[in-house]
Amino acid sequence: MASDLILQLENVSKFFGPVIALSDVTLRLARGEVHCLLGDNGAGKSTLIKMLAGVYVPDAGQYLVDGAPVRFRSQREALDAGIATVYQDLALVPLMSVARNFFMGREPVRKLFGALPVMDHGLAERTAAAKLAEMGIRVRDAGQLVGNMSGGEKQCLAIARAIHFGAQVLILDEPTAALGVKQSVNVLTLIARARARGISVIFITHNVNHAYPIGDRFTLLNRGQSMGTHAKSAVSKEAVLDMMAGGAEMKTLMRDLDGVTI
Amino acid sequence: MTLPSPTAAAAPPASPAAPAGADERLRSVGAWRRLLGRPESGALSGAVLVFALFGFAAGGSGMFSAEGMVNWGTVAAFLGVIAVGAALLMVAGEFDLSIGSMIGFAGMLLAVPCLYWGWPVWLATLFALVMACALGALNGWLVVRTGLPSFIVTLAFYFVLRGLSLALSVMMTGKTILSSNGALVLADMVAADPVVHALFQGHVLTGLFDRLAHAGLIAARDDGTALAIGVPKVIVWWLALTAAGAFVLARMRIGNWILAVGGDPVAAKNVGIPVGRVKIALFMLTAVCAALFAVLQVADAGSAAADRGLQKEFEAIIAAVIGGCLLTGGYGSVIGAALGALIFGVVQIGIGYTSIDNNWYRVFLGGMLLVAVLFNNFVRRRVALGRR
Repeated sequence: MASDLILQLENVSKFFGPVIALSDVTLRLARGEVHCLLGDNGAGKSTLIKMLAGVYVPDAGQYLVDGAPVRFRSQREALDAGIATVYQDLALVPLMSVARNFFMGREPVRKLFGALPVMDHGLAERTAAAKLAEMGIRVRDAGQLVGNMSGGEKQCLAIARAIHFGAQVLILDEPTAALGVKQSVNVLTLIARARARGISVIFITHNVNHAYPIGDRFTLLNRGQSMGTHAKSAVSKEAVLDMMAGGAEMKTLMRDLDGVTI
Repeated sequence: MTLPSPTAAAAPPASPAAPAGADERLRSVGAWRRLLGRPESGALSGAVLVFALFGFAAGGSGMFSAEGMVNWGTVAAFLGVIAVGAALLMVAGEFDLSIGSMIGFAGMLLAVPCLYWGWPVWLATLFALVMACALGALNGWLVVRTGLPSFIVTLAFYFVLRGLSLALSVMMTGKTILSSNGALVLADMVAADPVVHALFQGHVLTGLFDRLAHAGLIAARDDGTALAIGVPKVIVWWLALTAAGAFVLARMRIGNWILAVGGDPVAAKNVGIPVGRVKIALFMLTAVCAALFAVLQVADAGSAAADRGLQKEFEAIIAAVIGGCLLTGGYGSVIGAALGALIFGVVQIGIGYTSIDNNWYRVFLGGMLLVAVLFNNFVRRRVALGRR
């Protein structure tokens, strides 16, 4: 049973002084699923992400990877365990090239004249272009600056980079929040491709139209507590919308505004 | 008049912008635009402009004779040595305002042990370089540890180091300008030290210059040797440091880290780059460059003074900015900074070869700085990032 779960948070809590950021939350991520994490601002999503990413250590409860308890002291340790987080800021530098960004911090090195270690720019550009193409992203030129790319392309680049460097678990923090319709579809397609490769995904979003088609299970956070996890087979889109922040308010709004549906 | 052949007309319309097989969204940009997109393009056009200007205004005055070129080349080289450190530090997103004070302090760290403590010159030189390294590390550690802007931390060191240079030299020697102590003469001591003399004092290519003078290609003295003795060693240092700095930034792993640290420290940290260590290392490099400036200056002048290096921090920053370094970090060029230093040297010395009053050189440089920043911003937005 435990081996089906790649990542577990069992009854974890996190306190910041008097503030209870998370209280007795349980989240179980199955291997190869897309698990949507829903919740309004202040629900504790950020704290949960940072706990998974190794930034925070839970004050109570257990964090298990592959069924074994872990205690990450840094993001680097979580990364080494195959847990990669793509934050909203994406960790991309606009004035650096696609290839330089792709390999930032993990640059391929070759020996110049057999002695001097230099960055292998040729390999970096070829690999970055090939890996992005593999994920269905066409870069025009791996030497172009990231600042020239669209929001969706940047998001895809950050995800493809995480996958290339061996991520088994991808934590995506609102990857579609700032994107247009077509670009959002591209990112959702990429998430589906990642799942097809056996990668487990935690997908944080506000948008039920993005969460429902791609999600296998849904967990709702509200004011630092988990409101439970539901499989897609057990809930309708409307029920997910209800679970999401403002679901009830949206219903009231739709009743007031005649003929509006989501 | 020829009509287009039917086959040509039937062929699919070839895109004028993209070759077959390439992405149709990739516009081919010309070599000219690519050159403009490089960070040092502003400095390169500035240098061309300045040379054209002085070639026109002072062409016949001897400014471009061998000794004229050695003159402005030396000024540019001294500034260029510190501009390498300043530029790399600026690419990493930090400043060092203590460069000038460090020059005065390091000169004293070299002269006092030689003249008053009986140290050999090579040991005192090593001492000055190591102490500068340690002070640079302290600067960097304070910036990284406190999270204060480097502007504030290094401004503090700007005053502390200058004050220490003056106070300690008065306390220990009773003077602020050191060239001798009794029978000990600093210039002779440096000349007598084989290592320091070989590395920092005098000229290279003196034989070549003499032969050129014999051949009548450059001006000669009465005894037939060249009027310009040779290429000062500071120019060799400048070129070597610039080449090394440019290579590190463009080709080495740490170069990618420097760009990332300056471009977005949070992103750099998130991908596992040791942001603090990169910054501290660059503060150390900047301080060592300042100490190297001091050693070369003491070897050249035969004296050290506590007030040496005044305003050099600003000149180094100006050279880096003219060279295309973005003040906020993440973008810049060491070669650009070298060109910025070259512009400095040409303007400062060149103006003396014209009929223009010397004081105008500051006005010119201030204007040049402003134009360079505006031009660099324009280039970065329009060419590098393709925005309006």
